[in-house]
Amino acid sequence: MQFGVLLFLVAAGLTLVFGVMDFINLAHGVQYMLGAYLGASFAAATGSFWWALLLALPVALLAGLLLEWLVFRHLYARDHLAQVLATFGVILSLNQLVRMVWGSAPLQVPVPALLEGGIQLMPGLTWPTYRAAILLAGLATAGLLWLVVERTRVGALVRAGASNAPMVAALGVDIHRLFMLVFGCGAMLAGFAGVMAAPILSVEPGMGDTVLILAFVVIVIGGIGSVRGAFIAALLVGLIETLGRSLMPDLMRLFLAPSPARQTGAALASMLVYVAMAGILAWRPRGLFPVRAG
Amino acid sequence: MLHRYAVPLAIFGALALAPLLGFGAGHSLSLLARAMILGLGAVGLSVLVGGAGLVSLGHAASFGIGAYAVVMLDAAGQTNAGVVFPVAVLAAAVFALLTGAVAIRTAGVNFIMITLAFGQMAFFTAASLSAYGGDDGYTLYARTRLFGTRLLENRWFFHYLLLALLVLAWVAGRRLLASRFGRVLRAIRENPLRVQALGFSPYPYQLLAYTLAGALGGLAGALLANATEFVAPSFIAWQRSGDLLFMVILGGLGQLHGAVLGALAFVLLEEYLAELTPHWRLIFGPLLVLVALYLKGGLLGLVQRRG
Repeated sequence: MQFGVLLFLVAAGLTLVFGVMDFINLAHGVQYMLGAYLGASFAAATGSFWWALLLALPVALLAGLLLEWLVFRHLYARDHLAQVLATFGVILSLNQLVRMVWGSAPLQVPVPALLEGGIQLMPGLTWPTYRAAILLAGLATAGLLWLVVERTRVGALVRAGASNAPMVAALGVDIHRLFMLVFGCGAMLAGFAGVMAAPILSVEPGMGDTVLILAFVVIVIGGIGSVRGAFIAALLVGLIETLGRSLMPDLMRLFLAPSPARQTGAALASMLVYVAMAGILAWRPRGLFPVRAG
Repeated sequence: MLHRYAVPLAIFGALALAPLLGFGAGHSLSLLARAMILGLGAVGLSVLVGGAGLVSLGHAASFGIGAYAVVMLDAAGQTNAGVVFPVAVLAAAVFALLTGAVAIRTAGVNFIMITLAFGQMAFFTAASLSAYGGDDGYTLYARTRLFGTRLLENRWFFHYLLLALLVLAWVAGRRLLASRFGRVLRAIRENPLRVQALGFSPYPYQLLAYTLAGALGGLAGALLANATEFVAPSFIAWQRSGDLLFMVILGGLGQLHGAVLGALAFVLLEEYLAELTPHWRLIFGPLLVLVALYLKGGLLGLVQRRG
């Protein structure tokens, strides 16, 4: 579950950037990685996870805006091919930069003292408090995001931008400011997910790439530009991924000997998410909750 | 204006003469072999991107399938080129056909992401194949046998075989794009709606192009396995797909020899920068951004503007 929630935090920013600006940002995963690294260094420097969280968010935002100003701004009017290539270049540069600054060995971040230990669900079944906290934080962010997107003026502009950006611009809205706002929020959400993930995953170069691709799967399943779709799809993908890894080998054991069962189980589990995506797209080529008409 | 065939002739001529002009040592030959194999895959991708307008970010998957076909047959004791290469090509084509059948139902950004996702699927599957080395990869102790001989292990023979295949792929790709099939494909890229109004259904055309590119990728993958005598999941990593796309753009999208030029430039640049500094990606990344932003028409565009 908490994996699905993290995935949602990354995918939400991506789907908005995508929906509003029609801009394919491969570097979104790198922003998540940057968040994790910033969180790790600030945690090491201040000794407190909370300070780290507080400090990492604005820096992640700044980094996002800097990237926007340096590279992405020049790409909005270009075709997807140029966007893919340029953001791919950004990934290569930042992965290497991170490796240079922090080294390629994975960093560990301790779980904050307040959230150590576990919650006893049933006798013999405990759930780590920190994972529960991630789930809560993610759900709270999702709720907040929903509120902003569905119930405020800015949210209305974002939704309008997602369904027809030129029309919004024609109505006298400064679309570039809106773009920057959405982009900054997306970068910060990715950074937030990175900081939250730091204590439970190992912080290493390239960690963003795996998440990025799953986030792509999420927004393709959910429908581009739809926050609601991203939420449901993220939970779905998180669930398939986690359950698949734990259940598939056992399931295969029903048909096969233990050793090949483990192997085919692992192979099938890693394919499961993509097979699910293929199935959903074969059924609804535009995702579960398509935003843009026509 | 340069002659129409001046640039491709120069590229292929340089490749043909390279071993005779002092690049015959083991290292430079294997570097050129790598460039030509990647060029072979890039030509397929160039047909797809430049011809059909389908930007695939999962082209490395076909490489991987070709390479793993060699591995699996090797593990089963089958090293006859007459079996290995057709199987590799066929397997990659079937994979492209199946994934393409889903991917081509979508368009634009969705297509990019779905091909990326399918590429990742192939990557994780390869990494979980512990019988073939899993993450660590699989070492081939001998190259595929050609008519029962070890001819593929002869560096010079391998070099000219690759060159011949590359030229063949280039000619075939050009003929394909110039044919009726290719014209429909390009028309779909420009305006699918009008093509439909003319009575063509875009789907089978695009799917066939995708499958052909996949098959060529499979051939390149099988050759790559033979060139390096080692196969690992990193062959399929999505960065490799990005690299391939970069080669196509770097060389110049409009013409197929652009892909060959791009692959050559890419491999040589990578080699040069890696010798310069271990942090070569820090130079390579921004370079990629600059090429994407400013070098419209790629290297070919530069050459032709001069000419």
